[in-house]
Amino acid sequence: MKIKNILITFVSAIALLFSTSVVSFAKVVGDKIILGAAISLTGKYSSNGVHTQNGYNMAVDRINSMGGVKVGGKTYKFDIIYYDDESNPKRAAQLAERLISQDKVEFMLGPYSSGLTKAIAPVTEKYGVPMVEANGASRSLFTKGYKYLFAVLAPANLYLDVAIRTAVELNGGKGVRIAQAFEQDAFSQDVRLGILDAAKETGSEIIIDDKLPKELNDMAATLVKVKQMKPDVLVVSGHTKGALTAIRQISEMKVDVPMLAMTHCDAAKLSKQHGKNSQYALCASQWHKTLTYKDDFFKDGMTYAADFEKEFGYDPPYQSAESSAALLVFKDAFERANTFDQKKVRDALAATNMQTFYGNIKFAPGGQNVDKPMVLFQVMCDDAGKCENKVVAPLKWASAELIHPVPKWSER
Amino acid sequence: MDFLVFQYPMITIQACLDGLLLGILFALIAYGMALQWGVMNIINIAQGDLVILGGYIAYFMYLYGIHPAWGVIVSPIIMYFVGIAIYKLVINKVVDRDLFISILATFGISILFMQLMNFAFGADVVLANSGYGTTMLFDNNVVLPNSKIFSAFISIVFAICLVIYMKRSKLGRAIRATAQNARAAKILGVDTEKVYAATFGINAALCGVAGALISITFTIHPYMGLPYTIRSFMIVIVAGLGNLPGVAMSGMGLGIFEEFADYILGTEFRIGSVFLLLVLILVYRRFKLSRKREYLK
Repeated sequence: MKIKNILITFVSAIALLFSTSVVSFAKVVGDKIILGAAISLTGKYSSNGVHTQNGYNMAVDRINSMGGVKVGGKTYKFDIIYYDDESNPKRAAQLAERLISQDKVEFMLGPYSSGLTKAIAPVTEKYGVPMVEANGASRSLFTKGYKYLFAVLAPANLYLDVAIRTAVELNGGKGVRIAQAFEQDAFSQDVRLGILDAAKETGSEIIIDDKLPKELNDMAATLVKVKQMKPDVLVVSGHTKGALTAIRQISEMKVDVPMLAMTHCDAAKLSKQHGKNSQYALCASQWHKTLTYKDDFFKDGMTYAADFEKEFGYDPPYQSAESSAALLVFKDAFERANTFDQKKVRDALAATNMQTFYGNIKFAPGGQNVDKPMVLFQVMCDDAGKCENKVVAPLKWASAELIHPVPKWSER
Repeated sequence: MDFLVFQYPMITIQACLDGLLLGILFALIAYGMALQWGVMNIINIAQGDLVILGGYIAYFMYLYGIHPAWGVIVSPIIMYFVGIAIYKLVINKVVDRDLFISILATFGISILFMQLMNFAFGADVVLANSGYGTTMLFDNNVVLPNSKIFSAFISIVFAICLVIYMKRSKLGRAIRATAQNARAAKILGVDTEKVYAATFGINAALCGVAGALISITFTIHPYMGLPYTIRSFMIVIVAGLGNLPGVAMSGMGLGIFEEFADYILGTEFRIGSVFLLLVLILVYRRFKLSRKREYLK
């Protein structure tokens, strides 16, 4: 019995020693740079969580196979430790703690959604861990003075700004009448603030300003008001649910409005789920494959899309593209810093000024990317009912001309 | 506060009709809840999740090229067996315990269903297109999607069929007998175990019908069940158990109430107002009951 007890103690002591010795070198082990990420693999964000993970993995494979990261004359490869945050902010914060204090990760990649990024940012900030995130666009992330947070995407308040400005331009520079409906969550409310700013600057008037609940699947009341008050622009933002509900009810209730602008159309697979009914909808997007940005790793958007489809079997949504871009930013910063010192890498990140297939990247002091405008695409269908998203604004990248005003339902 | 709804008479009519059609659908779900609450004394928190599961059945038919309207026939058949399975696995162990245990058990089922649906079908919001078009009334000022009218119509058909079935059939009589007095029914030879299983199955089948209709009219998502549970709970509380016309009336009332709350308070308070109403009614009931108790003293 005694021998058995001693044996157990001995074995567990060895095991303990072994486990701690493994994790304490985890930031850069051998020739590997280990990044940590909490991703929503289950729960309500799981589909976009998977898009994010696929984007990260694609970039890791690509960078590793094309020579890796050169720091201090030595070549390193990327590796990522993933944890499932269950789409739960509290869990995400716990996992960030765990990645940093137990797994000793010294560099982090962001989770999916603004809400979860908000939960993780205070943790990475506390430990001084640089985090490059690709899926948290909420403006409030960039006004808190975080020093270690960098976002490759444009902030949420710019999402539909272009739409309002385009509408005003088409109206001969005069203000327009705007109807808007936004879900009550951090992201959509930031999009709303952006519209309020744009309206103020262009002298436009907001005539309907509805807030949609999270469980929403019926917005008939808002649409009835739109029908009665006839605004020039209708703006809707409520993640995929909002986009799908809006198109369904607008087509069923035959609501005529000259311009309809939304977010999350591609995530909602709008044209696939609604076909011709989604025609003429304008959608804000961080990225589109037809944009002509270039880099050495993915070449350009079209090549990225083709490679991504070959590997994962679907057309990449912008969530994947921006996630891939985050890794390119890390690689660039490591090489410029030429060290793994967190502070120096952070300074190198702050000085980033590069072009990727996803867009130009240059960070403002708040951490948001200020060098990449949002694009607006319009759903366009041919007579056979096959629909495609075509970039219509800004004009520099437009691959089709904006159809405005949207034809009336009675004429379709 | 916004009183647009009273300024334009057409909006008032629109709100009433929208609410009415919606309410009829709610009433169908609530009827299932009232049935098994009355018979088995179980408050089913997973009611809304059964609805969503039913919706997914119609959605998958739609994906495979079958018109989703057939879901109102296929979905209840599948859901009936799902209901029986849930009964055999979980509910029969809590059926004669106190209400709290059954709430916990069904709450657990609800979480399990949400996660399983998320796992199996993904977290995307989906819908099935019926292509039914729109009915325009009053010179195009009032619009009613035909899918909503279809939903209300089917709900009424199923409700009527069920009422007749409960009155005429042997099982229906056995269910009613068990609801009145389970012990007496047992003594008189009713197999209450079977009756309970069938009741839960019928409830799940009704949820299946409602779910198929919701996938045609609105959208479905694994985590969207709770508002349907709350609404049906609310309707049953207002109507009282075993009061079918009451369930229908309070269902329609709730639909219209929601629609007007949406216009007057704003869309953000739409579901919140249902909770508020629930609290008010429970408080009111409590006062009424306490007065009655004093009287008895």
